[in-house]
Amino acid sequence: MSIEAKNISKKFGQFAALDNVSLTIPSGELVALLGPSGSGKTTLLRIIAGLEFADSGTILFDGEDTTHRTARDRRVGFVFQHYALFRHMTVFENIAFGLKVRPRSVRPSKEQIHAKVHELLGLIQLKNLSGRYPSQLSGGQRQRVALARALAVEPSVLLLDEPFGSLDAKVRLELRRWLRQLHDEVHITSVFVTHDQEEALEVSDRVAVMNEGRIEQVGSPDEVYHHPNTPFVYNFLGSVNLFHGRMDDEIPAIHEAATGDFVYVRPHLLEIQRQPNGGSNFRAVIKHINSAGPLVKVEALSEWGAPVQVEMSQEKFQELQLAKEETVFIIPKELKVFHKAI
Amino acid sequence: MAFTFKKRSNLPGFGLALGYTVLYLSLIVLIPLAATFLKASALSWDQFWHIVASPRAVASYRLTFGASLIGALINLVFGVLVAWVLVRYSFPGKRLFDSLVDLPFALPTAVAGIALTTIYAPNGWLGRPLASVGIKSAYSPLGVAIALTFIGLPFVVRSVQPVLEDMDKELEEAAASLGASRWQTFSRVVLPTILPAALAGFAMAFARAIGEYGSVVFISGNMPMRTEITPLLIMTKLDQFDYAGATAIAVVMLVFSLILLLPINLLQKWSSSREEKTSALVPEEIH
Repeated sequence: MSIEAKNISKKFGQFAALDNVSLTIPSGELVALLGPSGSGKTTLLRIIAGLEFADSGTILFDGEDTTHRTARDRRVGFVFQHYALFRHMTVFENIAFGLKVRPRSVRPSKEQIHAKVHELLGLIQLKNLSGRYPSQLSGGQRQRVALARALAVEPSVLLLDEPFGSLDAKVRLELRRWLRQLHDEVHITSVFVTHDQEEALEVSDRVAVMNEGRIEQVGSPDEVYHHPNTPFVYNFLGSVNLFHGRMDDEIPAIHEAATGDFVYVRPHLLEIQRQPNGGSNFRAVIKHINSAGPLVKVEALSEWGAPVQVEMSQEKFQELQLAKEETVFIIPKELKVFHKAI
Repeated sequence: MAFTFKKRSNLPGFGLALGYTVLYLSLIVLIPLAATFLKASALSWDQFWHIVASPRAVASYRLTFGASLIGALINLVFGVLVAWVLVRYSFPGKRLFDSLVDLPFALPTAVAGIALTTIYAPNGWLGRPLASVGIKSAYSPLGVAIALTFIGLPFVVRSVQPVLEDMDKELEEAAASLGASRWQTFSRVVLPTILPAALAGFAMAFARAIGEYGSVVFISGNMPMRTEITPLLIMTKLDQFDYAGATAIAVVMLVFSLILLLPINLLQKWSSSREEKTSALVPEEIH
C-alpha cells in the first residue's frame, strides 16, 4: 500500500515539529526517515500511524484519505523504540493480542491464531521461547517479538520508530540485516525512523533526510550520499571537513578563510603526501594518529590553523610512515562546494 | 534446601536494621496483640464461646465485615476511576481535587461521622430525598457502609495513582494500533498493570474499615442486632468493665481480619509476580 503525506504541519505549543512536509512512499518500499533528534521524523511517523494528528495537511493510503482515522482503523503495524510489550503476557499472548481483540465475526479460530503465532515465532527465530515473559528476554529478542506482534494483524503498512535505538551495537547490526531480509521476503510498505545514517543507508530503499521539521532530500542511499542537495545532508551522512574556498575557473580550491564559498570534503577523500603537487593542496602539521580500526584516522592542523580530519587505509599509512608533528601536504581528491554553510 | 538467614549485600547495617525492625514491631504490634490473647485466655473455652458466639456479637461481625467489604469494593471501583481522572486529564481545580482525596485521612473521624450523619439523617440534604423514596440511609446498615466508604477512599486512589503515572503511554498506543477498542485496551492492558496496586489499596481500605469506630458510631444509630458494629460492642463491654469479654471479641476480630487479609495479599502478590518474572536465566542472544 502506498503512503502519501501532503503538506503536513504540526506544532507543539510554539515549536513547529513539522513545517509543510510532503512525502510519497510507493507501495512495497522500505523508507528511512533520517535526521537528528528534534527534526520531526518521529512526529511524521506517528502522524502516518494515526497516533498523532497533524494541524494541517492530509495523509493518503493508496490514494484514500485517512487523515482523520485513528490508529485502530488505519491497519498499520507500529513498532516502538522501547518495544512496548505487554509485560503481563507471554511472548505467545503478546503476538496473539491483535488477533484476539478482533470482533467475534472476523476473529480467527483458536487453531488459526495458534498456527499464525507459531509461523511468526518461526520468522523471528524464537519458537522455543513462546512461554516466556518479556522481562525474561534480551533487548534484541523483545524487539523481534514486538515486530512479530505488529505483523500478526497483517498490517498494510509497517512503521518502526527507532526500532534498534535501544540495542547494543552488535545486536543492532544483526537485527537491521534481519529486517532487510524480512522486508525482501514480505514486501510490506515500511517506514522506519532513525538518527543513525549508517543504518538508514544500509537498510532502506530510499532515505528521506529531515532537519528542523522539513525534508531536506529524498533519494536512494546512493543518491543522498554521493549527490547531497544541501550542506546539511552532506554533513549528516558522514564526517566532514569544512573549509572556506573559492571557485577558481570552475576548479574549486581551498584557501584561507577569506572568500565566499564553503567547501566540504569527507576525511577519506583527503590525501596526505610528503611533497606539494603544485595544484590544489595545503600544508598541515600532524597532531594525532589513531590507527585502531580498519581505517587510520589522522588529525592535522592546517597552515591557517584549522583542524583537519583525514582517513586512509592501513596500507597507505604503512607506506607513508607518518609521525606526529610532521609537516605534510593535503590534497583533496573530491570536494563539494556550497554557497552557504549549514 | 538450606534456610539462608542473611544474604550478602553491599548495603550496610543489615543486623542493625533487622534488629530495630523486630524490636519496633514487637513493641508496637506483637506485644499488645499477645496481651490481647493472654487476657482472653483467662476465660474458659465455654465462657469464651458463649461471648463470641452470642447472637448480638455475630450480628455485629456480620455488619462490620459486610459493610467494610462493601465500602472497600466501592472504593476499589471508584478509587481506580478517581486515580485515572487525576492522572490522565488536566482540568481547572485539579490540584484542589487531588488534595481533597486525602481529607478522609486528615479529618478526625468523629467530625466525619457527624458531618455524614447531618447530611444523611432523615431531615438532612441527602437523607430527605432518600427517605422520600423509601431508603433509610443514616441509622441503618447503609449508613455504616457510607461511613466506611468515606474513610477508605484515599487508599485505592493513592496506591493506583503512581502506577498509572508510571505507565507507559506507548502500551496503550500499541494496543490501539493492533486494533484493540478502548474498552479492550483498558481491560486487557491497563487493568492488569494496575491490578496489584488496586488490590493493595483494596486490602488497606478493607482493613481500615474493619477497625473504624469514630465515624460509624454517629451514623449507625448503634442498635444492638441491627446497626451495632463490633468495635462498638467491644467499647460497650469495656464500659461495663468486662475486659475479658471485650478481649474475647477482639481476638475473634483479629483472627477474622488475618484470615481475610491473607488471601488478599496473596492475590496481590500473585498478580504482581506475573509481570515481575525476572528469572535468573540469562536469555540467549541473537543467533
